[in-house]
Amino acid sequence: MQTTFPRLLLKHAAERPGAAAMREKEFGIWQALTWGELLAMVEQIAAGLHQAGLRRDQHMVVVGSNRPRLYATMLAVQSLGAVPIPLYQDAVAVECVFPINNADVCFAFAEDQEQVDKLLEVREQCPQLAHIFFDDPRGLRNYDEPGLVAIDELMAAGKVHVAQHPNFLKAQVEQAGPDDVAAMFFTSGTTGNAKGVVHTHNSLLDRARAGADFDRLTHAEEVLAYLPPAWIGQNIFSYAQWLACGYVVNCPESAETVMIDLKEVGPTYYFAPPRVFEGLLTSVMIRMEDAGSIKRKMFAACMDLAKRVGPDRMDGKQLGLGDRLLYALGDWMVYGPLRNNLGMSRVRVAYTAGEAIGPDLFQFYRSIGINLKQLYGSTETAVFVCLQPDNAARADTVGLPIAGVEIKVAENGEILVKSPGLLKEYFKNPQATAEVLTADGWYHTSDAGFLDAHGHLKIIDRVKDVGRIKGGANDGAMFAPKYVENKLKFFPFIKEVVAYGDGRAKVCVMINIDMNAVGNWAERRNLAYAGYTDLAQKPEVYQLIKECIEKVNVDLAADELLAGSQISRFLILHKELDADDGELTRTNKVRRGFIADKYLPLVDGLYGGKTEQFIETVVKFEDGRSGSVSATLRIEDSKTFAPVKAAA
Amino acid sequence: MSEIKMTTEQKQFSAGPPQGSRSAAEPKLAPSGGSAVRAATSVGAKRIGDVILDVKNISLSFGGVNALTDISFDVREHEVRAIIGPNGAGKSSMLNCINGVYTPQKGEISFRGQTFKHMSSRQVAEMGIARTFQNLALFKGMSVVDNIMTGRNLRIKSNIFLQALRIGPAQREEETHREFVEHIVDFLEIQAYRKTPVGQLPYGLQKRVDLGRALAMEPQVLLLDEPMAGMNLEEKQDMSRFILDVNDEFGTTVVLIEHDMSVVMDISDRVVVLDYGKKIGDGTPQEVRENEEVISAYLGTSH
Repeated sequence: MQTTFPRLLLKHAAERPGAAAMREKEFGIWQALTWGELLAMVEQIAAGLHQAGLRRDQHMVVVGSNRPRLYATMLAVQSLGAVPIPLYQDAVAVECVFPINNADVCFAFAEDQEQVDKLLEVREQCPQLAHIFFDDPRGLRNYDEPGLVAIDELMAAGKVHVAQHPNFLKAQVEQAGPDDVAAMFFTSGTTGNAKGVVHTHNSLLDRARAGADFDRLTHAEEVLAYLPPAWIGQNIFSYAQWLACGYVVNCPESAETVMIDLKEVGPTYYFAPPRVFEGLLTSVMIRMEDAGSIKRKMFAACMDLAKRVGPDRMDGKQLGLGDRLLYALGDWMVYGPLRNNLGMSRVRVAYTAGEAIGPDLFQFYRSIGINLKQLYGSTETAVFVCLQPDNAARADTVGLPIAGVEIKVAENGEILVKSPGLLKEYFKNPQATAEVLTADGWYHTSDAGFLDAHGHLKIIDRVKDVGRIKGGANDGAMFAPKYVENKLKFFPFIKEVVAYGDGRAKVCVMINIDMNAVGNWAERRNLAYAGYTDLAQKPEVYQLIKECIEKVNVDLAADELLAGSQISRFLILHKELDADDGELTRTNKVRRGFIADKYLPLVDGLYGGKTEQFIETVVKFEDGRSGSVSATLRIEDSKTFAPVKAAA
Repeated sequence: MSEIKMTTEQKQFSAGPPQGSRSAAEPKLAPSGGSAVRAATSVGAKRIGDVILDVKNISLSFGGVNALTDISFDVREHEVRAIIGPNGAGKSSMLNCINGVYTPQKGEISFRGQTFKHMSSRQVAEMGIARTFQNLALFKGMSVVDNIMTGRNLRIKSNIFLQALRIGPAQREEETHREFVEHIVDFLEIQAYRKTPVGQLPYGLQKRVDLGRALAMEPQVLLLDEPMAGMNLEEKQDMSRFILDVNDEFGTTVVLIEHDMSVVMDISDRVVVLDYGKKIGDGTPQEVRENEEVISAYLGTSH
């Protein structure tokens, strides 16, 4: 699609000036902003920014939650040929320093006092940041800072300029082409500084269009924008595709009201990471437990039916007459009201991505008639690489390469992507660019995976984490720790897993049980326990976990590539892994290497064939004191299965 | 005299989120309330005015117990005034005298030059003094919005029958008041709980609703009885911010009783210290902190 963001705005404003472009809930009422009004707003902001000195190819930071004026500012910046850089609104001040200095940013848009404070705090380190415009003036009245101006004032100044130069915006917009830089997104980067991912109008809009075509999106879609605009996913869903399709983006009232707003808006096109879907399901289940016994039985019966026939129904397979009637009844009594309660009555297409989603969770939503699918992509690929078609959504794949995308699996299992949506470069970082983008146009995703028999992409792990089994019966087999860990974590009883196997003869795991789930389970069995450490070492609990592991082993055995990753031995840790003790990252990912060092006796015990092992560990309490926990842990074997040769 | 002043004050409050007029002036997507306020009161930094509330030689006793003995202090317009003291010092009694719940045996209180000795709580409320309570007096079974609506009670003019039937002017009036309540909901950031029965909310939020109801009266003076009692640190910080914001955005004069010394010292302009019904200190937080008598009576002992 050879166009630019501002040109699309002009097109929508010309074609449908009275249609709603955005809605924002304010003072309890959804207020619509039409395309015509949006254009006027963008025009004024652009003129104001132009007068303030923003020029072509300069960068401007926008930081805040999803608000019409934030999006209008991005459009205004792009109209002037400058480049907006959305930053995460929950980033701490020091994290903003690098992007601002890296791109030599002089202009910033901040949503409210919180964001303004943050920008003022870093001003000393970023002296060039001369202009800060804010949206919500609350609490800012007594600020006397040079260059701090309300966006209202900027717009008022812009309005005067527009009155004198009615063709200002059009003239500006025409100067930019589809191959000019449109936006820059900073990726967090696990090590070192963040990298600015540079995208052109074409790379973003081409992918936005391809995704929209794939799901046949129209201007009638309703979207709720509630994730950070700095994240490329939100930016694609509520900015690029918004302009590509011309649908309505709804801005929630506040972060706390998202679930209420979701119900009120009833989006037709929805995106959420797996944890949101999980949270929703939990809240439904808790409320069902409190319901009367008739309702509970009805719910249980309907959910059984949904589990049995729901997935087939979503895949478009023909059901028997009886099942169809029963499902219709269930739909009337349970599924329909449930969808309504979740705010998903009108959802036509829902996506989840970012991390692995549990098969039960995934099938729950599909079985009650919500078209939940997965996609694969990243900041560097403008999101859309692989998408699941409506009738072929699976929990363990991420879909088919869509139009324009070429996929190739490298020697080491890494997935390489070629697509019109690839990043132009990392900003001022040719070395990093060269590492991921080869001269012949392939982008290295650093994800390991393969295309299955049906052409669906399956992601296993990060390339650097994938190892090989060495020695023993499965010598040379592929070992994907995260894949194994995720499979175990899908069981509600298991909270954290650390898997080892790279360079070793077999796979062993250390497990954290989920205190709530297992505690509940123990109570129902009249199993007395005196806390986590005690519960974790109960033989009954070991048996429970062993069953989970063996189920995973059966699954793995069916997988030709990963049959060697079956788990031979396991133990349950005596303490919960904690970020305060350095065992988890702040985003709750296990630090495998660190844990291996810290619990060296346990790892030795696992591989040394012992049946129990004493361990003493230092723990940090929340008030900063530290103490130690010691226990003798049981180590058990689990059954492994002979690999099943794929039937198809 | 006081009538005239009151209306000017009201303007200041209602300039931001007024009834009705807003929708015509700035149709959609107006920023949350403040921009008009900003224009109306562009005076920059804090503008502390004349004495608005003057308490003179108040004595109050219950039988043989002297709750308050000869207390005098004043409150200036737009300031945050704190009353502190150990348990049983007479802080709440003082507040109850100001707001008409108790009638002191001696002394007089004047509000905007108008002196009064005996006045009912309703009359005080009509004069523009609102309060919150130490042990929340909210309607637990009613929603947040309904609770705040009760704060508009004094301003609803249509009669009870029209209100009950919700016809004609009563409905229009209700809508205006409802809109005002929405601005308070937005101001206190409780949008997520509009329809939640107050009894189901955590304590810190209930306190916020209590404040919301007092704000709904568009008061000139806000009396806060231990607004932060029983709160955790985060809730205290939130509440402090809201109190300062009310004072800043609407120019409301705030009189607060508080136990938490650090909070008092941080947010008030002037502090009165009571001990066993007597005034032992009065001045800026700094002055009070250095006052020997205060140190021995309060800061130096159990706290």
